[in-house]
Amino acid sequence: MSDINLKVNGHSQTVDVDPSTPLLHVLSDDLELRGPKFGCGLAQCGSCTVLTGGRAIRSCVTPVGTVKGAEITTLEGLGTPENPHPIQQAFIDEQATQCGFCLSGVILTAKALLDENPKASDAQIRQALSTVLCRCFANARMLRAIKRYSKELSG
Amino acid sequence: MKKRSPVPGNASALTPEALAALKRNGFSRRDFLKGAGALIVTFSVAGTPGILTSRLLAAPRPGVPGDQLDSWIAIGVDGAVTAYTGKCELGQGIYTAQVQLIAEELVVPIDRVNLIQCDTALTPDQGTTSGSMSHPTNFNSTNLAQAAATAREALVRLAAKRLGVAIEKLQIEDGLISALTDPSRSVSYGELVGGRKFDLALNLAAKRIQPNDWRVLGTSVHRAEIPDLVTGRFEFVHNLRVPGMLHGKVVRPPTVGARLVGVDERSVRDHPGFVKVVVKKDFVGVVAEKPWQAIQVADKLACTWSSGVELPEHNNYYEHLRHQKPTRDTFVVNSNDVPETLAKASKVVSATYRHPYQMHGSLGSSCAVADVQGSKATIWSASQAVNPLKKTAAMILGLSPNEVRVIFKMGSGCYGVNGADTVSYDAALLSQAVGRPVRVQLSRKDEMAWENYGYAFIIDQKMGIDEKGRIVAWDYEAWYPSLGARPGREHPGNVVTGFLAGFKPQAFVPRTPAPAPKGKFGNNRNSAPSYLAGCVNGHCGGTGRIKSERVLAHNVESRFFTGPLRSPSRLQNTFAHEGLMDEAAAQLGVDPVAFRLEHLSDPRLIAVVKAVAEKAKWEPRPIPRKGLSKQGVATGRGFACVLYKGSNGYCALAAMVDVDQDTGTIVVKKLVSGIDCGPISNPDGLRNQIEGGTLQGMSRALLEEVTWDDEKVTSVDWRTYPSLMLGFEMPEMVTVLVNRPDVDAMGAGESTITLAAAAIGNAVFDATGARIREVPFTPERVKAALANRT
Repeated sequence: MSDINLKVNGHSQTVDVDPSTPLLHVLSDDLELRGPKFGCGLAQCGSCTVLTGGRAIRSCVTPVGTVKGAEITTLEGLGTPENPHPIQQAFIDEQATQCGFCLSGVILTAKALLDENPKASDAQIRQALSTVLCRCFANARMLRAIKRYSKELSG
Repeated sequence: MKKRSPVPGNASALTPEALAALKRNGFSRRDFLKGAGALIVTFSVAGTPGILTSRLLAAPRPGVPGDQLDSWIAIGVDGAVTAYTGKCELGQGIYTAQVQLIAEELVVPIDRVNLIQCDTALTPDQGTTSGSMSHPTNFNSTNLAQAAATAREALVRLAAKRLGVAIEKLQIEDGLISALTDPSRSVSYGELVGGRKFDLALNLAAKRIQPNDWRVLGTSVHRAEIPDLVTGRFEFVHNLRVPGMLHGKVVRPPTVGARLVGVDERSVRDHPGFVKVVVKKDFVGVVAEKPWQAIQVADKLACTWSSGVELPEHNNYYEHLRHQKPTRDTFVVNSNDVPETLAKASKVVSATYRHPYQMHGSLGSSCAVADVQGSKATIWSASQAVNPLKKTAAMILGLSPNEVRVIFKMGSGCYGVNGADTVSYDAALLSQAVGRPVRVQLSRKDEMAWENYGYAFIIDQKMGIDEKGRIVAWDYEAWYPSLGARPGREHPGNVVTGFLAGFKPQAFVPRTPAPAPKGKFGNNRNSAPSYLAGCVNGHCGGTGRIKSERVLAHNVESRFFTGPLRSPSRLQNTFAHEGLMDEAAAQLGVDPVAFRLEHLSDPRLIAVVKAVAEKAKWEPRPIPRKGLSKQGVATGRGFACVLYKGSNGYCALAAMVDVDQDTGTIVVKKLVSGIDCGPISNPDGLRNQIEGGTLQGMSRALLEEVTWDDEKVTSVDWRTYPSLMLGFEMPEMVTVLVNRPDVDAMGAGESTITLAAAAIGNAVFDATGARIREVPFTPERVKAALANRT
């Protein structure tokens, strides 16, 4: 065990954990965040996705020791129910979910792509989402919500 | 889009803060009875249905203990409405639809409705949230809908008395009843309730608000949970944290049928955070302080297992099924003349269809939290069946069911009996062993290797056609394996944890030959094709015209656990029926939609078929299309339809596909779905269900199959059990909603998923002339079918 400093959603936190612990467990258990979720533990589905340095990473296979000091953003770091981030608002407007378990993967992966390339083509969006899974298959709505955010970004 | 309804979840909290908040709300029926005043509608209690018994209550009336869970709706002195339901939100939108229902019937704004869902200590026992039955159960002339109508009528009577105005001269707006001629003469629900207590029996004669007058139902109210879901605030069962909670992990057998020989606790005793190894017969689990520690301890634990049972060869499984003994045989229908009619027919079309075991494959592996202290247990579970689970968890724990409380907390979408029940037992057993709350979330492999799979099927069919091209006989014979099921109220051994802990699955009772069908025709498994008349004992209940009909199913024992997976049996059967229907149309050189219509008799199914064909711009013509080329990309279209469960949702689907004949790859370009489920509560919610179901059906049709080697399941993650990912090339999706305000509500969630494999398979045939009779339609299988073209 050792003290590890993390900056999560703008707050500095220190946790006393084994550095090999996957970041996901630290976020969801030690810090009791609800956004990133355990889906497979194998980086296959995306439910554990968080942003670090603007990149979407799979926290279930990222040892916490490797992200010391990095800025980490989870789904709750974007906005609140009262004041949602524009991409979250787009998902509300499109009612783009069913059970919602996949949303960290869907929203953060799309946000990472579009923030870097607001005019990403449909093919690029599909490519980015090719390792993200929604088993309720709310795909049509999710893609509409992502396009809506993309349009907003690119004016 | 309308404003959203209030956020659910009050029922599920037992954290001290939440409990305190609930108590402040005057939350349980007991609280209402103790409290300042309320009007409560109860159901099926003592009194005669149909008679409104409104009276003052000084104390709970005899025969109605204050804690009896029979109440549906309570209206407090503040005019707030608290309603109780046993049908829970699984991601399908039923929470919001029920809030709409109550707001509609009581004529209050949706934000004045607090809906408490699925808590064995608080809500009525409505069995299982399954089978597309939540709408039929709660939105028609019984239960929740009728309770709300009962409450409204009672309030109107009270108001008539209070205001001295005849009932028919009153109006209601936002919980305020006023005189039509003089709106200043008014009284609110809260004022009517005052400091008094009314306990009303459900009045089956209370009049429902008619769909033509709906203001809230029938509109696309936004789902209550979505703002919390998209911002990561929503508390799934996976997110629940109880003070003092530990983390558990299970250690499942390495192979099917392996028994535990021994466990060496010394292998993990020194691991940081280690708390305990728990063994009960063949059940093994570990408990640790933190989740990652529990995972490591479970991985490290030295267990010795016996060898398992030999599994049937996967490559030859369907033939194995067909010859397996013993069987349990059932006739759904048998006109006793099918062999003769087939013999006389001018043409016989026959084919065998195969469908594999498939998984629910919930995105989040299943999770539960249990707190077992002495004789009392509390379980937070995403089970679809909290009241049944209360009974079986009590069996697992050796406790009285009265001492077990199961509180529903939403999990990852389940699509049937996923791991939610089994993991509830896991958490309960581990908590009981350590005397502290324990959270268990299954590993991906433990979820996928041991869940209750959707049934595999092999289906032989023969269809006799007369000289005019009409079907005169249909013979169906199927074999499908099962083991376990939903645990229900008596069979914890129907899922893996209960089985490992020493409980037997429900007994398999062989029965040969099948008895003649009894009573009325029922098509609960959609074993009978839509085109059959379905005549049993002189009564014809099918949706079609064919009177020489035989439907015989052989259930055999499975090596793997099985259970309801979205459209259980119905999807597999419909794939076979609709494929054969297409084969006949092809052989006769007729248009497959016209051919279907000729053999259907049910006007609602016919209407949906026509609506979808029109929306899809279906040009009548024979199949396959003319001028087929055997190379390159071929384009085609396919059709399928069904009355789900024979009684619960009319639907049709047209699929347009591209087939790359060089690679065997299918790309679905367009899906046109249609549904008639009676009056539509929430059009956008219904669309969401239809769209998601259709695509899930497409994933199952194209990719999904449980696999195994000679001793264990080998499809244990998303590489070995592939699903369509979010980035796949999306078909254009069109959904036709047929609204029928004048009939009862039916279900919708399992409707169009039933048709996807059939419609896509039929489209592949139209494009290429190659018939695929086995799911999934992998490129290898498509290429093999293409190579077999004549």
